[in-house]
Amino acid sequence: MSTPVAAAEPLISFRDVTKTFARPDGGGELLAVDRLSFDIGKGEIVAVLGKTGCGKSTMFNLLAGLIEPTSGAVRVIGHDPFREFDFFRGRIGIVFQNDRLMPWRTALDNVLLGLQILDADRAEATTKATQWLARLGLTGHENDYPHALSGGMRQRVSIARAFAVEPEILLCDEPFSSLDEMTARDLRAEFVRLVRQNQKTAVFITHHINEALEIGDRILVFHRPARIAYEARLEPAARNGGRKDIEQRILEVLSVERPPE
Amino acid sequence: MTRSPRVQRALRAAASTVALVAAWQVASLFFPHYLFPPVTAIVARTVDILIDPSLLIEVLATALRIFAGLAGAFLFGCLLALVIGRSPVIESYFTPVLGFLQGIPALSWVVIAIIWFHGIEFRILFIMVITTLPAFTFQILDSFRSMSKDLFEMTMSFRPRRLTLFRVLVVPTIVPGILTAWKVNLGNAARVVVVAELVGATGGVGYQLLRQQQLFDMAGAIAWTLQLVLFVLVVQQAIVAIETWALRYRPVSERAM
Repeated sequence: MSTPVAAAEPLISFRDVTKTFARPDGGGELLAVDRLSFDIGKGEIVAVLGKTGCGKSTMFNLLAGLIEPTSGAVRVIGHDPFREFDFFRGRIGIVFQNDRLMPWRTALDNVLLGLQILDADRAEATTKATQWLARLGLTGHENDYPHALSGGMRQRVSIARAFAVEPEILLCDEPFSSLDEMTARDLRAEFVRLVRQNQKTAVFITHHINEALEIGDRILVFHRPARIAYEARLEPAARNGGRKDIEQRILEVLSVERPPE
Repeated sequence: MTRSPRVQRALRAAASTVALVAAWQVASLFFPHYLFPPVTAIVARTVDILIDPSLLIEVLATALRIFAGLAGAFLFGCLLALVIGRSPVIESYFTPVLGFLQGIPALSWVVIAIIWFHGIEFRILFIMVITTLPAFTFQILDSFRSMSKDLFEMTMSFRPRRLTLFRVLVVPTIVPGILTAWKVNLGNAARVVVVAELVGATGGVGYQLLRQQQLFDMAGAIAWTLQLVLFVLVVQQAIVAIETWALRYRPVSERAM
């Protein structure tokens, strides 16, 4: 069954975070995130679920430090990810919706990117990148350029790139949404295995309820503009017996345009 | 038998060149030689220039002027493009000036340079740089602007230092634009350097062309022109070779457009 959760020692915390953007036509401001508050503890895998355009990606960019909140506070490992941008060098790994591989780099060189930016020893970095490619089933494709790889293989390379820097936190923005169901299912299972095996904290954005239920220890359901409308912890039992109840509740929440204040 | 596309291209190029040479040779049979000298005379003069060190040095002087001008314009162009690319305010100051400079004919710059400067080499360098600078700047700026936002954000997620960001993302992004700029500007520079040497130099291919005109020597004029054409073709091929290597990651469709 679902239970509200407050993490004991939050690794990530949002406190009344609001983010607005100026409309491109000059017609006022667009509210993307509305007084959003939540905590995520160390080692948790949190799935963030919501309809398209509900502000999930804005929340993601705030968390990654790529944009600054209009008001409120974002803290990651006790630091501001936007203002203390350099503090997070090597601490956050990101898997994006599309693979974002550099077309001029081979698969191996793409995995090496983060390690090069972190000034890792070249030989050690190459060994590590090769091992990550092997773990993701890409042995033999180290010297292939992205255009020679399938969509699933490219996304595996991008996962390897994120894991290779051994970050404390993994952020994933709908990384499997553009893949076919079979490939996505395999990669999801692989992703969860790697996160648990390497004891990472992960925030996984998705708009698929089943994906959120498969991956998350906890699910945050967002309304538009981004604000938590429902929160559920998926205990092992809930993954089996209680899963239907949670799924039903999520569907009910998502069908409401805006929850009561 | 099916020949490779490369061989087919070479054969087509050879066929059109042979046709042009044959047409010239036919013309030489019907017109005075001071208008259409025989091909053999042109070839002999061309070879003479290549094997006579005192003449070959004139070609090398022109080549050096072209390289120096292009290198100067490239360096300034890169700096300007990166400065302009960082700020729309700076862009609004620089872009109109560059557009204005681009509109000034090379011959006007020759006159201005002769009036402003005394040294021949500096005059030519100035003309070469000022005439090719806008094109370099605009082409590199366009490449910089076409940088993928997705790749930029992905790279930034690793928190690179400024220099590392430049090395791992900016340089590979602008390399295709830089190579195109060199190819385009090489032809322009070859034309401009001849004008500059024709009017304001005492050596080089342009100066030699002026002498051939005074002597009414068509074979000489063509032979000196061919030196410049050969130089441009050789350098173009070198750039293409660099381009092929640097952009080897690009997929090639089996179906030609």
